[in-house]
Amino acid sequence: MKRRDFLKGCMICGTAATLGVSKKSWGAGSFEGYPEGMGVLVDLTKCVGCRSCEAACNKEQKLPEPDRPFTDPSVFEEKRRPTERALTVVNRYDTKNENGSAGGPVYRKIQCNHCNEPACLTSCFVNAYTKTKEGAVVYNPKICVGCRNCMIACPFNVPGYSYSSAFNPVVKKCIFCYDTRLKFGKPPACVEICPQEVLTFGHRKDLLKIANERIKETPDRYVDHVFGEKEVGGTSWLYLSGKPFEQVGFDTTIGNDPIISNVKEFLGTVPMVLAIWPALFTGFHLLSTRNKDHGDHGHDHEKKEEGKQ
Amino acid sequence: MYGVRSWLIGGTLMMALVAAPPDGTAKPVPDSIKLDALENLYDSVKFNHSKHIMLVKDCAECHHHTTGTLVEDKNCVRCHKNSGATTTVACRGCHILQPFSAQAMREKNKNAYHSDKPGLKGAYHQNCMGCHAKTGGPTGCQDCHPLKKTGEAFYNTGGYAPKQTADKGKHGGH
Repeated sequence: MKRRDFLKGCMICGTAATLGVSKKSWGAGSFEGYPEGMGVLVDLTKCVGCRSCEAACNKEQKLPEPDRPFTDPSVFEEKRRPTERALTVVNRYDTKNENGSAGGPVYRKIQCNHCNEPACLTSCFVNAYTKTKEGAVVYNPKICVGCRNCMIACPFNVPGYSYSSAFNPVVKKCIFCYDTRLKFGKPPACVEICPQEVLTFGHRKDLLKIANERIKETPDRYVDHVFGEKEVGGTSWLYLSGKPFEQVGFDTTIGNDPIISNVKEFLGTVPMVLAIWPALFTGFHLLSTRNKDHGDHGHDHEKKEEGKQ
Repeated sequence: MYGVRSWLIGGTLMMALVAAPPDGTAKPVPDSIKLDALENLYDSVKFNHSKHIMLVKDCAECHHHTTGTLVEDKNCVRCHKNSGATTTVACRGCHILQPFSAQAMREKNKNAYHSDKPGLKGAYHQNCMGCHAKTGGPTGCQDCHPLKKTGEAFYNTGGYAPKQTADKGKHGGH
């Protein structure tokens, strides 16, 4: 019997070891983006709040008619977020100078940032999201079950939801114009229409170089930070700003760890635990009942019957 | 010795030759330029070039060094210390219409120093509106180019504005 137990022990521990240290799962969280991944650099010092990007997105993605014209600046009176009817919005932020006086308004375009390690993808248990090699994070609305976990997970509160649909509500967000443009190497609609060229399209790696070059050449114009370079593992949409990022509506507390890091270690040990614990606790049980009479509990009822008779 | 007249003629002739423009590419400076790159959405801009020449005086404000002005910007002077007039002066000569088209991206030289050069639309708007904001010129979209019908449909404005109902705009923004 000892040899069999020995072999059983070897097999169980061996399975546990191979399952538990799967390289792929432990590698998650240090992905720096596909080498051909595209991105967009948003230069907030240039945006004038014309909302042409919102209009272009509306037409490109065939979104419903807006409540107010895209030329109407009264929408800036309240802060908006992307919804099912507006996959990108522009907000106005009234900033303060260092001495406390009122600075000028800064306009910021908000849309999906197409993260390298998307939190939405991490949280989706039906695998509806895909990070494409072109850099876009796209989703399949037919697979989406409408649970809204991705809305909770996203550190930028981007995915919108079709609350208006009673029977088939799904998540809706910017897809980097993947189906109509990015797949063919063309820039998204918002980039193409922007009159001030706030949005620069290119490979993410090149955009980082361009952004740092801009900061170097005109250091008085920019805050020395490219938002999205490292935040939550890096995003494809990068931001340059002339005013501190907290003043312009960015959440600067999200940190550099991708959202998956919060669950990676815990979930990575599950296979190992499932394999080891039964073996371990069987071992404990055997140890603790080593000198007792083993074979009785199967025969208890027989003895009782005998006793009764 | 040959008489004052000869001296006068010779002298005037020499002055005329010396005072001529240094390069042989003296193109006529246009008075008015029609900018029609956005023709699908907007009417063309009738740009009054001569008025801007009178107001701005310094060609370098818009044309960098291409008209012969000496370069002063510290980021440009590194390489363009001795750069003078060039054959290409018009904006669209260097700033391309579609800077992010698939073709432009393919042909782009990422190692060139001007890899961050804006396209034509960006160059116009950044240059023009940047100066207008400081000097009180027109800065609204339609101040320079009114919307066409297709533009109004695009922006859901004018004749294509959404119908106003009593509670429009109050809900629907989750």
